[in-house]
Amino acid sequence: MDSSPLDRTRAIDLLRTMETIRAFETRIEALFKQGLLPGFVHSCAGQEAIATGVCSRLDRADCITSTHRGHGHAIAKGIELDAIFAELYGKAAGACGGRGGSMHVADFSIGMLGANGIVGGGFGIAVGAAFAARYQRREQVAVCFFGDGAANKGTFHEALNFAGVHALPVVFVCENNRYAQFTAASRTTAVADISVRAAAYGIEGDSIDGNDLLAVIDATDRAVARARSGGGATLINMATYRHSGHYVGDAEQYRSREEVAASRSEQDPIQRFTAHIVAAGVVTESEIADVRLAVEARIDAAQQFAEAAPFPDPATAMRDVFTEAGS
Amino acid sequence: MGSRRMTFGQATLEAMQYAMDEDPNVVVIGEDISWGGNFGQFRGLVDRYGPERVVDMPISESLIVAMAVGASAAGLKVVASMSFVEFTLGAMDEIVNQASKFRYMFGGQVSVPIVLRASDGVRGSSGAQHSSSLEGMFCNVPGLKVVAPSNGDDAKGLLRAAIADPDPVVYLEHKQITGQRSEVADGDHVVPLGSAKIVRPGSDISVVTYSNMVNHALVAAEELASLGVSVEVVDLRSLVPLDVATIAASAARTGVVLAAHESWTFGGFGAEILAQVRECVPDQSQLRTHRLGARSAPIPFSPTLEPAIVPGAADLVAEIRRILAV
Ligand SMILES: Cc1ncc(C[n+]2csc(CCOP(=O)(O)OP(=O)(O)O)c2C)c(N)n1
Ligand SMILES: [Mg+2]
Repeated sequence: MDSSPLDRTRAIDLLRTMETIRAFETRIEALFKQGLLPGFVHSCAGQEAIATGVCSRLDRADCITSTHRGHGHAIAKGIELDAIFAELYGKAAGACGGRGGSMHVADFSIGMLGANGIVGGGFGIAVGAAFAARYQRREQVAVCFFGDGAANKGTFHEALNFAGVHALPVVFVCENNRYAQFTAASRTTAVADISVRAAAYGIEGDSIDGNDLLAVIDATDRAVARARSGGGATLINMATYRHSGHYVGDAEQYRSREEVAASRSEQDPIQRFTAHIVAAGVVTESEIADVRLAVEARIDAAQQFAEAAPFPDPATAMRDVFTEAGS
Repeated sequence: MGSRRMTFGQATLEAMQYAMDEDPNVVVIGEDISWGGNFGQFRGLVDRYGPERVVDMPISESLIVAMAVGASAAGLKVVASMSFVEFTLGAMDEIVNQASKFRYMFGGQVSVPIVLRASDGVRGSSGAQHSSSLEGMFCNVPGLKVVAPSNGDDAKGLLRAAIADPDPVVYLEHKQITGQRSEVADGDHVVPLGSAKIVRPGSDISVVTYSNMVNHALVAAEELASLGVSVEVVDLRSLVPLDVATIAASAARTGVVLAAHESWTFGGFGAEILAQVRECVPDQSQLRTHRLGARSAPIPFSPTLEPAIVPGAADLVAEIRRILAV
């Protein structure tokens, strides 16, 4: 683990975000298994360091595009927990008024331009946001989160090429968890490290351990600084692993129990970060326990809010297909 | 206010200039855009507004639309030249899954003010992949507006309305008429989306149509007038939103409706027009509804085959004579 100096407040903030994502995903998974949530959900448990580390280095006005596995990105970017929880229940008080659900959580007020149910759907949108920022002379960056599977979409090529041509302020973050649904990346992708493709687009490439929060932060700092200073786009391969199945309920026949257990015990980004900050004397075990308690209480409250919130009125189902006059 | 003769393409160029002069956040993107586009509809824009605002795009159709979506969500208004309408198919994912759904799916948080300009229709042996009219596909998708002007004056006013509109608009420009000259009103003017126009009043039959088929219908109407048949031609101009009231009123007056278009009849927009008429005209007893469109085949290249698939003025004359038994 990188030894960048970390002060206590910052370490606790980072830990709180990772723990919030983990607790959120754990709770959602349990609720879904009890049949209490509509639709289907994808958990990002195990990948918290990436969302947390990247978003911790962004300003509110910076934009992100997310994926079908997007709860962590939304939480790390600052979405209200009540709003995302209620959205997953399809409630009117949800971030999207219950119109979107798990795969379409968005909060444009904080630059969270949407989770996306279309794999590879975020590349061009992030490029568009970066283009707009450049055009309007705003010092903003756009970050596109995507999976190793999405890297094989044509949209990847089209977007990275254009970002390269125009040196756009965009950071492409590959959350490389080595599987796309049930298929190992080695069966579909000729290179294990997606960042080697950066050279083909004339942009910078970087490759790091995505379960190491401090490495994520360092890589993000480099890429964001490059983007803000006019140095253009970066493609970062962040190696990680998802603890849960592709979706909640996945029988996971495509990977061994041992592989999952080993990653959970040795590569867990939260355990690694807490071990590091405790060993460095930045925070104590009891402070970490306090963070966890507070996070659980916050998740309880969000769940209660979501459960108590009313469903949307069916009479509103036709609203916002188009922009209504005066809105 | 006066008017000048100019091509349909030049008329759209005037609308672009009014829109770009008015709002610095209007940008134009597309392949070969700084060379004026395939039909010259963008000629000179780059000199006037610069390459940051008139952006040459790689041959990356899905990026063009996705970037328009992302940039518009971040505060711009993007006019994207898609060139031939067939090329939008490479971006159909972005059009249908992103652009059309963004506002609704995200609970009204954001609007997507983009205009996708695409050239459609037959122009004489352009072949199967450069002759289609695909409005039926777009009209089937909630969240998209669709316009298809038949002449330069409407082209200018509808483009102005399309760019001002907060939602995604598919702007279809028929390539046969892009270079044709007609009278275009001077100055800035807007044709509101969703307003059809009766371009020739008549009493025996209502031909409800749009895009270049309007021009064929006017030729047919002139020819039929010499046989004593009075044809009313309704130019829809905008397909979504659709001016049902004007169509229904015309249908109620004449009692006979012929919905006509270049695109395929089967599953086509004509069926929607007729269904709307059936739903909206109070007295159905005397109402007759017919449609004319392309036969269900890709559009062939050979000059003898193309008109065997896609109808024109002569087919309209024959069809109207058959319907009215004259
Ligand atoms: C265009 C498209 N194709 C296929 C799918 C079905 N699908 C959903 S998630 C997924 C795997 C994506 O893998 P990856 O990009 O690695 O993301 P991860 O699930 O590993 O986070 C697939 C194939 C989809 N949603 N969209
Ligand atoms: Mg993956």
